[in-house]
Amino acid sequence: MANSSTAHGDNYLNHSHGLKSWLLTLDHKRIGLMYLFVIMAMFLMGGIFALLVRWELFAPGMQFFSSPNTYNQAFTYHGAIMVFMVVIPLIPAAIGNFVLPMQLGAKDVAFPRWNLVSYYVYLFGLLIAASTLFINKVDTGWTFYAPYSIRTGTSTTLVLLGAFIMGFSSILTGLNFIVTIHKLRAPGLTWDRLPLFLWAIYATSIVQVLATPVLAITLLLLILERTIGIGIFDPKLGGDPVLFQHFFWFYSHPAVYIMVLPAMGVISDVIPTFSRKPIFGYKAIAAATFGIALVAFVVWGHHMFVSGQSEFANFVFSFLTMLVAVPTGVKVFSWLATMYKGSLRMDTPMLYAFGFLFVFTIGGLTGVFLAVVSVDVHLTATYFVVAHFHYVMVGGTLLAFLAGLHYWFPKFCGKMYGEGTSKVGAWLIMIGFNVTFFPQFILGVLGMPRRYADYLPQFEQLNRISTIGSWFLGVGFVIVGWNLAKALKSGEKAGPNPWGALTLEWQTPSPPPHENFLKEPVVTEGPYEYRGEKALMGSNA
Amino acid sequence: MAHGTGAVSHLDRHHAHHFKNGHEEFEACKQGMWIFLVTEVLFFSGMFVAYAVLRVFYPDMMHDVHHHKILDWRMGALNTVVLITSSWTMARAVSSSQRGEQKNTVGFLWATLLLAGVFLVVKYFEYSHKIHEHILPGAQYAYEGLTTAKVPLFMSVYFVMTGIHGLHVVIGMGIIYYLIRRAKRNEFGPRYFTPVEITGLYWHFVDLVWIYLFPLLYLVG
Repeated sequence: MANSSTAHGDNYLNHSHGLKSWLLTLDHKRIGLMYLFVIMAMFLMGGIFALLVRWELFAPGMQFFSSPNTYNQAFTYHGAIMVFMVVIPLIPAAIGNFVLPMQLGAKDVAFPRWNLVSYYVYLFGLLIAASTLFINKVDTGWTFYAPYSIRTGTSTTLVLLGAFIMGFSSILTGLNFIVTIHKLRAPGLTWDRLPLFLWAIYATSIVQVLATPVLAITLLLLILERTIGIGIFDPKLGGDPVLFQHFFWFYSHPAVYIMVLPAMGVISDVIPTFSRKPIFGYKAIAAATFGIALVAFVVWGHHMFVSGQSEFANFVFSFLTMLVAVPTGVKVFSWLATMYKGSLRMDTPMLYAFGFLFVFTIGGLTGVFLAVVSVDVHLTATYFVVAHFHYVMVGGTLLAFLAGLHYWFPKFCGKMYGEGTSKVGAWLIMIGFNVTFFPQFILGVLGMPRRYADYLPQFEQLNRISTIGSWFLGVGFVIVGWNLAKALKSGEKAGPNPWGALTLEWQTPSPPPHENFLKEPVVTEGPYEYRGEKALMGSNA
Repeated sequence: MAHGTGAVSHLDRHHAHHFKNGHEEFEACKQGMWIFLVTEVLFFSGMFVAYAVLRVFYPDMMHDVHHHKILDWRMGALNTVVLITSSWTMARAVSSSQRGEQKNTVGFLWATLLLAGVFLVVKYFEYSHKIHEHILPGAQYAYEGLTTAKVPLFMSVYFVMTGIHGLHVVIGMGIIYYLIRRAKRNEFGPRYFTPVEITGLYWHFVDLVWIYLFPLLYLVG
């Protein structure tokens, strides 16, 4: 596998020099890394807010924040930053941008200029929204429910505008990816040979393209509501605040799948590579990906079981929501079957994939609990929902992102990270995560409401455990970040294919040349045909 | 696209380096525009849903609007004719550019731009009349001729929908003007007419939205 032309010195990192060559680049790989950089900065910011929120909840009464209102602002920024600025673009825009054209055997995405535009649109929206931190903080929660979001005197309008603008970035990225997958596949790369990561990105892009415009119009209407009082969501003027909830969740529920489908895609690529076995149920996983994307659009009402919508609507949404578990189950069992009798290698990406399976399954199953109306009425707006959501978003998306980051890191920069330290970080994150969020399930069942700065004394013990867990989580991320930074500086050379993987991005030098491949690759078989010699090749290339 | 902005005659033009050939590039751009139009449909659908919900909540609202002639259907009808005609001139511009008839391409693009301008002038008269009479959205509404019911909500829907549609017309005019400049430099011909083609798709969409807006806002009582 070691490519003789690896010695060829020209790669995308040294192809051109200077800050301008990065800021104005049309290279999907550089744009991906620029996304990664900004998203990680925002992740740090959102993470600091999370730690402060947990600190406040360490004991009853006020600890850190001066008033409950500053607490409200902190969890609003934590939520809004993490959802709109981190988790939605995390895997598609950062990793996807880098990996997608390479897995296709293409030189770039279909519209490189729009790709760069999309980056700056994201940055622009982000700066507008983040500027409110220095002006007048927002306290609506990330869901911006009317009528409170219409009346609150803070600079909500700017945050809405920022999210509105970032939506265009999301749409452009999705559009670009769909066209790229359709039009720029290498010779021989038929649809049934497409890596499952790309199937996931493809489905995600479709959801992005279909759902995000609805968020755009919703936010725009809310901005107009605040500025000129159009009244459509304002009960005082005859409008309907529940209509806002419908609009908002029509985007924001599919958005959960924008966040989690790419994560599943990463896992589908990592597991066969580190099991040295063809994936079990390739077609079933690809179909399940689309099943989830489809059902995503018809379950938004399960966020509104107590909003006063009709009982019939509750019944229908409850039933449809449980359907999500079917394709999800198909995937989980296919991954398990892939590992069965495989030659497992527990490198860091695989360790995260195991963590993902464990944690995501808990997140998914508690989702089924919440789909049952009678249970949900009790658990609505309690910590059970908070725990469920974080098990899916952090335990699902973030762990899969870390799996992907460690999997493709050698491809990004051509260097290898310290395996020992990365595993310490991984264990700290996974243990810290469970210690933080598992007690919140219990707190929720006991009736502790979310979004309160204070709580009754009987909840103290579990809250204390949760806060201590958050410190482990924080330390874990610091270690992971430090380890990767160290690898960037002084990591060992990784070689083109350190994992012995079969998808196209590994069949070219690391870091890849400016146009990805020295000559256009031709595909002759599926992406996971780890049989015979190829199954044994994993030890090192 | 990488070479698309320089003043290159269509005869000398090369496709962007990451495409295999000009045809693949054309197909990609066309698909991209279709997907963009899907997002536009979803964007407008939010407003159509709001319209439908308010109609169901307040059946009287529409009756009042219709009965008191808040909107002038003749203005709406005129604009419908204007926009449909502009769709036709746009289609002619596309086919002219495909055949490399530079003069016709430029001419039909100018005609489309002109008709779009007429649409906006008519819209200007409608808007200024309403602003003058304070027939405005939601909280801004202060029309003395009709103070009952939920008409202010209808005006919100009317202004938001026609306003955003009008914004699409303005953006379209900007793009058409850009096409005129490129067409004058002889950039379009049988081998390269992608920008004209996909702008045509966009323009037909803008027209189509109006064809729904006109009856729903002006005609249905």
